[in-house]
Formats: sequence, C-alpha cells, structure tokens
Amino acid sequence: MRLPGTGNAADNPQERTPGDDPRQVPRAGNGRAPNVMRIGAWVPMRQYVDDDEVDFVIVGTGAGGGTLAAKLAEHGFTVAALDAGPYWRPLEDFASDEMHQSKLYWTDERIVDGENPLQLGSNNSGKSVGGSTVHFAMVSLRFRPDWFKARSLLGYGADWPLDWREMWDYYGEVEQTLKIAGPVTYPWGPKRSRYPYRAHELSASAKVLARGAEALGIAWTPTPIATLSAPRGDAPPCVYRGFCTLGCSTNAKQSVLNTWLPRALKAGAEIRDLAMVGRIETKHGRATGVHYHREGRWRFQRARNVVVAGYAIETPRLLLMSASSEFPDGLANSSGLVGRYLTVQGNQAVWGVFDEEIRSYKGPPSLAITEHWNYEDRGKDFSGGYCYMSQGPLPTLWGKTQATARGLWGEALVAEMQRYNHVAGLKVVSEYMPQARNRVTLAEETDQYRLPIARVTYSWCDNDRAMNRHALAFMRQALEAAGGREIWDQENDTCHLNGTARMGDDPRTSVVNADCRSWDIPNLWICDGSVFPTVGGVNPSLTIQAIACRTADRIKALAACGDLSGAASASPKRALAWAS
Amino acid sequence: MPEHRIPASDPLKTARENDPRRDLYPGYDVLSKRDGPSWNAMTREVIAERLSIGPETHHFFTDDEWPTLKAICERIVPQPPGRPGWIPVAALVDHKLHAGERDGYRYAGLPEQGEAWRRGLQALDAEAQRAFGAHFHELGDWAQDKLLRAAEAGALTDPAWEDMASDLFFKQRVLPDVVKAYYAHPTAWNEIGWGGPASPRGYVRMDFGRRDPWEAAEAKPGHEEEARRANLRVSRW
Repeated sequence: MRLPGTGNAADNPQERTPGDDPRQVPRAGNGRAPNVMRIGAWVPMRQYVDDDEVDFVIVGTGAGGGTLAAKLAEHGFTVAALDAGPYWRPLEDFASDEMHQSKLYWTDERIVDGENPLQLGSNNSGKSVGGSTVHFAMVSLRFRPDWFKARSLLGYGADWPLDWREMWDYYGEVEQTLKIAGPVTYPWGPKRSRYPYRAHELSASAKVLARGAEALGIAWTPTPIATLSAPRGDAPPCVYRGFCTLGCSTNAKQSVLNTWLPRALKAGAEIRDLAMVGRIETKHGRATGVHYHREGRWRFQRARNVVVAGYAIETPRLLLMSASSEFPDGLANSSGLVGRYLTVQGNQAVWGVFDEEIRSYKGPPSLAITEHWNYEDRGKDFSGGYCYMSQGPLPTLWGKTQATARGLWGEALVAEMQRYNHVAGLKVVSEYMPQARNRVTLAEETDQYRLPIARVTYSWCDNDRAMNRHALAFMRQALEAAGGREIWDQENDTCHLNGTARMGDDPRTSVVNADCRSWDIPNLWICDGSVFPTVGGVNPSLTIQAIACRTADRIKALAACGDLSGAASASPKRALAWAS
Repeated sequence: MPEHRIPASDPLKTARENDPRRDLYPGYDVLSKRDGPSWNAMTREVIAERLSIGPETHHFFTDDEWPTLKAICERIVPQPPGRPGWIPVAALVDHKLHAGERDGYRYAGLPEQGEAWRRGLQALDAEAQRAFGAHFHELGDWAQDKLLRAAEAGALTDPAWEDMASDLFFKQRVLPDVVKAYYAHPTAWNEIGWGGPASPRGYVRMDFGRRDPWEAAEAKPGHEEEARRANLRVSRW
C-alpha cells in the first residue's frame, strides 16, 4: 500500500508553501532536517556547535561526500557535512521546467579557456545538498577492470593504486544501495550478480540504439540506471517524465539526497546546507577545521579531520585558496599537481531524423547502451574507450544545441525544431587522456563570497581527437543502420569533470593515496572525482561512490589500529544510542 | 538609398511568405493540462510567472538598447504573424539578466553576461549606422541578417566592441540566451509538439509511434482534422 504524502499522483500538492525558499534560509537546523521523502515532513538531526571538534568535517555532500558521510557516521564517527547548496525537497520544490530547474546547477561564475573551453553549468557540477547526483542522468556503470592499471596493462594514462577485485565488491554495495535497475546478465566484463531491480521498459530512442547495434553485430543492453523500476519504501517507480537531468520530482531517482543522506542523518551525521567553505585552516602541518559562510557571516568549524569532496573544480579551488605561510602553494600540493590533470569525458553525439515518431523526451535519456568500444581494443587508432547511449533532450536544450552546435538560427532553426518528435541520437561518454596542462587555477576576479573564482583551462590532445573521429563515425553508421536520415554530428560537447587531485602510490606524482588521504597533511582527505588518475569510458558516479565506501572502511580500519593520528575515538555505541 | 528599404530582395522572407510555418499540432495547447495531474504546484507557479511577463517588460535593458534586442530576437527566432500566444522573447532575455541567472561559466574573452549584452547591442547598432546609416532596429530583415551573419563570422570590428570578439558574443550570448528564452515558452512547446510537464503523472506509451492521450497528436498530411480533434481532447485526460 502506498503511503500518503510520498509523491503519488493523488498527493500532487495544489499549493506551495509560500515564502519557503531554501536558497535564502537554511532548512537544516533546530535539531531537524527535511524528510525529503514526505511532503512537509522532518527527521531529527544531531547538531554540533562550531567549537565541537568533530571527527570529520566533510566539504560537499555529493557522490563522494554524501556517501562518505553516511558510511563514517554508521562506523561511529562524529560527522558534520557542509554543502554550499540548498536542501531541496524534490516533491515540493521541483518544477517540470528546464529554465527554472537550472537552480540545481553550480552557476556561480567561472572562466573557461584553453583550445577547447568547457561548457559548464548544466551537465556537470551541481549546487545542492546531494551535489550533482540531484541532476545526474543516473547511468551507473562499473569501470573495466584493466582501467585501474591503464598504464601497465593498456599503455596510457596512469595506474590507480586500487585493485579491481576490491572495487568489484564496493560496486556491488553501491548498486544494492541505489537499487540499480538493470539487465539480468551484463554483456561485458567479469561476472557480476544480477542487478537488484529489473530493467526498465525501453523507449523508442533506446530501441534506435538497439536496432543500430544489432545491425552492426555488436552487443547492447538496457542501461543500468539509478531510477526505480518498482516501488521502494517511500519512493515510487519511475514515471518516465523525462526531467532526469533537471531534478526528479517524484523521488524515483536514487540520488545521494534521498539515499545516502537519510542514512547519514539516521546515524547521527549533521548536514549543514547553504554553508560555503572558503578556507581550510592548518596548524603545525595538520588541518584544524574549516572557515565557512552561512547566514551572512563567516564561521569556523573545528575538526580532527577535514575531507574535501567538492568535485573537480571546487576541490582544487578550495585547496589552492587555503594557501598559507606554511603551505604557500596551497594544501596537499607538494607535488604541484593540485588542479592539474583535469580530465573530462567526451560527450559528442550524432543525431538524425526518423520517419517514426520517437518522442525521446519520454523516460530517462539513457535507457540503452553499448560498451562495445570499452572492451574491444582491436580496430582503434587511439588509446582508451567509449560507450554510447540513447538520448532525450528537452526543448530548450534541444534548441540551444541546434543553434550553438549546428549554427542554425532564423527560419532554419524554427523549421528544424518542428521535427523534434522525429529525432533520435546516440551520445558518447568517452575517455579523454589525462594531461597536466588541463587544469583549474584561481582567477583574479572574486565571487559573492569574495573568494577568487576558478579558471578552467582545457585542450584536446591528438588521442582525444582520434577518439572523437572514431566514435562519431561509428555512431553515424549505427544511426544510419537504425533508419536515421539527415544525420549530423555534434562535435563539441563534454561532461563529467575528474582529476585535479589524483590518487597514486607516489607522493611525487599524486595528491592522495589509495585511501584518499593526502600525502602532505595526514588528517586531510579528498573524496570525489578529483582523485581519478584516468576517467575510463563510463559515467563516474558509481565509481566515486564505490571509492567513498572503500575510504570509509579504510578509515575505520586505520582508526582501529591507531593510525588515524589524533582522530576519532570511533565509538559505534555512541551513534547507535543516539539513533535509537 | 539604404539597402534595408528593399525587402523584395530578401529570399528568406519570400520563402516564408510562400510557405508559412506549418501548424503540425493543430489545436494542441499544453496549457490546457495545467490543472490536471501533469502539472504540480511548483510548475504551475513557475509557468504562471513566465506568462505574466509582457512583451514590453524590461528592467535590465535601457530604452535605447531595448529596440535593438527586440529586433535581434525576431531574426533569431522569427514568429508567425498573428499567432496566438506571442512569445515575449526579448522580455524573457531581459528577465534572465535582471534576475542575475547565470550559466556557470564564461569564455575568457567575454565580459560578464550583462556587460557583454550591453556592449554587443551598442556595437551592433553602431555597425548598422556605419553600414546603412540607420539604427539596427530600423533595418529590414535582409540587412539585419547581413549584420548578424557578419557578427557570427567574427567580421565586425567597430571600436564599440572594444576587446570583445563579435563571433564570441553571437555564439556564446545571443544564440543561447535568445533560443533558450523562446523554447522556454508554452507557445513554442505547442509548436514542436512536446508533451510538456508531466509530474507526477508521467508517460506510459514509450514505443515507436506511440502517444499517450495527453500528448500532442501530429497532423499527418490529409489527416489534420483528426489530429485537431485528438488535441482538443488532451486536457480531458
């Protein structure tokens, strides 16, 4: 039986609570946090005062920080997780409107340059409690095992200090936590157990991918995806409204906001919304806490350990902004690599017109995928791999794409847009090479907090261009084989920022070790996509969450053997007593 | 005689008069669903606010800049004359700038978005005066397009641009801001047959050629009346 107030059609609120804007006034406080699964409801929240020295202050509550907050709190540590963004209630705050929902993106000013400046804002970092998982497309894929040893086994990039078999277990844990909907058997890679929830029905745009793949003789599969295909607790199954990248208003999406964070709260973590961290304080070579801006003033939270989990732009920005006489080049930066090796993924696409009605706005954008070119190395003139997926752009994104990627305007634009319901496309997620010259630095301009804004410099290398050519040519064949006409290439899109604080075995060539612990400052940790030495050819969120789970377990193990240098008298009883 | 007074030489406009934009989804009005289970309260509120913006509403742009912006919008996303539900594109662009809604990034060669727009409008007007001896908004479609194409190619270099490249302004500011404003309006949704907001109801029929009864029916040649009747029923579901 469905519970009232959980996002049923019958619960559709006719009026909104007036004057309640989570962008203006924090929602977490007074001993409670929003219960994001129920309209108008709350859950109790433990709170710390700034002078409490918490075991861990975590900066960022997305795929890395939110997951880690839950796991550390469940391990018995005291945790305060700060996020610059608002604490949304999806059932009440999310409109079915592209323009309005851009409120989920990190839209503070950033400067982009280089030979191939990145488009930021919509398809990467978010500014919300829950981070970019609040607006991610939910594609949940495992790395190919060889990618963890890309340098040794495949001859490019860098080796990770992680073992794929260990990661396989953590992938399984995250997939269970998110109740990933996926196929019974997955066509690529080592054996894995079946996905927790059954695969979703395919949309027409997904069937276009299937047709193309079958015509070309390669495997395809329903996309393993973090939106429910059956009810789960207070969350309903996906209704295919198609606003996945703009915020799910029914809670079918399994984001950090409605999975890990409720667990974190229950285990005694505090979530502090609208809390922008501007500086990490250090003393005698150790981090002592963070300066953060909330409710109009700067405050300081003391902590035994600081975890930075702001994603690949805000993480290096914070480390660089925290430069001091002790660490003049920024924190954790003795290697000089903080901000370097920014590695995005290609997101080029081919689009075509079909005689049939496709209406690709229905359902999650990616319901079918092929990882063929992630696992097949023969026939490539480049290193690395890529997958490609079906797509479902909504009207303003589609109009902008036609105008900016294709150069259409005037009558040509409005005429082309009338074929919206007959268009299908294939879009790649491809593995660009890590390059030291691609980086995040601080600009002279400052933002609303009077902090220097980030400058993001990006250029393709020859390998990236070769991969683009291969992917576009192959997807074009596939789309033609599926019946597409008037096919055109969208050549200049990217997604998924990673790198900038890479992990490794050597302090001279990496920023953190396999435990996400910084080499330079023993109680400073980095836990997000920044630690990726290479990006692989799949969406990164599952890997970020798997690493966060591993990091939490490693921290617990280190604490147990007294190797957490001053931190955390981890006491599971304390947290459990509070939760009950 | 300034070239803008010779509209007969405009091939695009001639083509448009001979073949006006087809009404592919006759009778479809996405707004007819707003009180049903396809629109939640937040969506209703957001769209009502957008619909309340009048075509002459402007708070960010000055009265000098305003006619130039309106003229540009009409060239980037031309609207059929007389269509009900006129889209106030320029006012929507003004709304974005006035509200300070940003994109989250800008090219190193561009100033902040408000400054870029002001400078770009002023520069386009200066280019119009130099080339045709008239304000940009006084020019005919052909001359306006000629200037916009020159901007697109990065070929405009009047001192009014200062250090801003005209192609960056056109591709990074004009195209995305104007096109997004147009396709954020329900009239544009009707024009392209988008199913519209769908929370919490969503969609059911996912396969090729399948349409839920609350989605727009496309007029196949010779079956326009059938589509119109189907679209008039959309709100009843």
